[in-house]
Amino acid sequence: MKKTKLSTPVRYTINTVLTIILWALLTLFVSSSGLKGEYYRGILITIGINIILATSLNVVCGYLGQLPLGHAGFMAVGAYAGAIFMKSTPAATLLRAGNHAAVIPYIIIAVLVSAVVAGIFGLLIGIPALRLKGDYLAIITLGFGEIIRVVLTNIDSVLGFKFTYGASGLARIPKFTSLNVIFVFTVICLFLIHVFMKSRHGRAVLSIRDNEIAAESVGINTTFYKTAAFVFSAMLAGIAGCLYAGYIGSLYPSTFKFMKSIEILVMVVLGGMGSMLGSVISAIVLTALPELLRSFSDYRMVVYSLALVLMMLFRPKGLMGTYDFSMGNTIEKIINRIRGGRRKADTADTGKEVQG
Amino acid sequence: MTFSLLIAQLINGLQTGSVYALVALGYSMVYGIIKLLNFAHGDIIMVGAYMVYYAIASFALPPVVAIILAIGVSTLLGVTVEKVAYTPLRSAPRLSLLITAIGVSFLLENGAQLVFGADQKSMDPLITGSVMFGRVNVSYTAIVTIVVSLIIMILLWFVVNKTKAGKAMRAVSEDMGAAQLMGISLNRTISMTFAIGSALAGIGSVLYLAAYTQASPTMGSMLGIKAFVAAVLGGIGSIPGAMIGGFTIGVLEALVAAAGFSMWKDAAVFLVLIIVLLFKPTGFLGKKMQEKV
Repeated sequence: MKKTKLSTPVRYTINTVLTIILWALLTLFVSSSGLKGEYYRGILITIGINIILATSLNVVCGYLGQLPLGHAGFMAVGAYAGAIFMKSTPAATLLRAGNHAAVIPYIIIAVLVSAVVAGIFGLLIGIPALRLKGDYLAIITLGFGEIIRVVLTNIDSVLGFKFTYGASGLARIPKFTSLNVIFVFTVICLFLIHVFMKSRHGRAVLSIRDNEIAAESVGINTTFYKTAAFVFSAMLAGIAGCLYAGYIGSLYPSTFKFMKSIEILVMVVLGGMGSMLGSVISAIVLTALPELLRSFSDYRMVVYSLALVLMMLFRPKGLMGTYDFSMGNTIEKIINRIRGGRRKADTADTGKEVQG
Repeated sequence: MTFSLLIAQLINGLQTGSVYALVALGYSMVYGIIKLLNFAHGDIIMVGAYMVYYAIASFALPPVVAIILAIGVSTLLGVTVEKVAYTPLRSAPRLSLLITAIGVSFLLENGAQLVFGADQKSMDPLITGSVMFGRVNVSYTAIVTIVVSLIIMILLWFVVNKTKAGKAMRAVSEDMGAAQLMGISLNRTISMTFAIGSALAGIGSVLYLAAYTQASPTMGSMLGIKAFVAAVLGGIGSIPGAMIGGFTIGVLEALVAAAGFSMWKDAAVFLVLIIVLLFKPTGFLGKKMQEKV
């Protein structure tokens, strides 16, 4: 019995359609919720930012198998770069005038600027840091993250100009991050991670995780791929930072403490290191859950840390392990099961945007 | 900056440095034996500090009792954490162990926030007064801190190098399997390492309170990270290394602060760590690790 195989264009079409359906559902949900819509919109935007952060950390943590503890640093760099750029453009007046379409080019440039600046920092930090392994890499990235924060806090007082506004915060950033913007960029980021990991380069990264010496012995340039994955992850974190700046409207260096990096790490670990679906799910759950449990907010962090310890004790691989969901494969399976039947399985699942 | 001011700052630095060194020893010993960066170590200090605070400020117990209480509770906590969270993961990947340690650290921190409250608790100084050496004013706290930590480090060196228990610890850190074959109890040795490390953290918490007279739920995290940096800087797993690392960081911080950049001292500490690690990847006195295929 011959098995049905979906071709790549078909897979991408299915995923695109499902993504658009998801977008329509979310928009409908927010606009039909009336007064609470604004509140839901905020949560959805935060979820989007956290999805980008978690999946980007997952590239280094899950796929490359290293443990960086300075992810918040890259987010901070991206956030400040994007915010400073947006403040220098007429975006604020355009947004106030309600001319959202005219802001789009600025948003695209701001995101690119953030990605590039965070990528440069990722390169500068990655080259020395990736010479070390394991715990040493963790502590050195932690160090870099803290240095970034201290510099952001103090740079104005030393150089004597108004740039990051130090501890008092960078305020009045144009609030350009709408639900559509966050949706588009989340999908783009997930898509980029997906294609990167499905490519030859992605497999090289995975081989380094599984056995670095063996990977090197079959001719993989391990230093190059480690740095590449690190920079890639930093760039995505920078994008998340930029979108965060555009959502929150004012930036304080204290937001990007070591604690923030740990929060992102928790998402990756709980979801399962090496599983993009896991990162996405745990980013959604860990963002939405505290909102649902507002009255228990005192216990939030205790539950957080307890969950982390218990997860490690009882399921060290995380929620999903390294399992990744693929819409195409699932549909293939369904088609093969109801072999002879008609192709009507498309409506079977909620759909993850990028898994081809 | 006058010469006497410089000396005063150096003594300040040595004082903070000896607290760092004591805490760093705990990190170093635990790392040496089970290759785990015990992130929760800094938070054990925090719990110890709260014990001292409550014993003295709330129950008006004599300081000696408070100190014994702090050391006792820290030791118990350290061993409990090891038994509950780390022992089940002894054969798990190192990354899981590390993340568990981070989890325990945040659990202690947030638990303390619930139990003790999020605000800072201030108390009267434990030791008052100072003495003049020439034109340099040295507080008794600084003298006690430096002397106590030096004595403890010498004692520790003696325990590790000259006693049977110390021999067992060194054997386990060298080769766990072989040590077990020689009849060394793995569980007991590892627990003892945690007990000693946590007791040192308890002493560190008393000395920290003597210097800063404040306890807060998050005090352990930065202190812990700095001490950890000290341990890595000196070469993790080595007792003299932890001392050197601790003193280096303490003096560095004091000098950076004295030069008028006190806001930058955290950055300076990490910068020095990064530079040292790039040239000596295992720290000043660390052993070189050979990777086998």
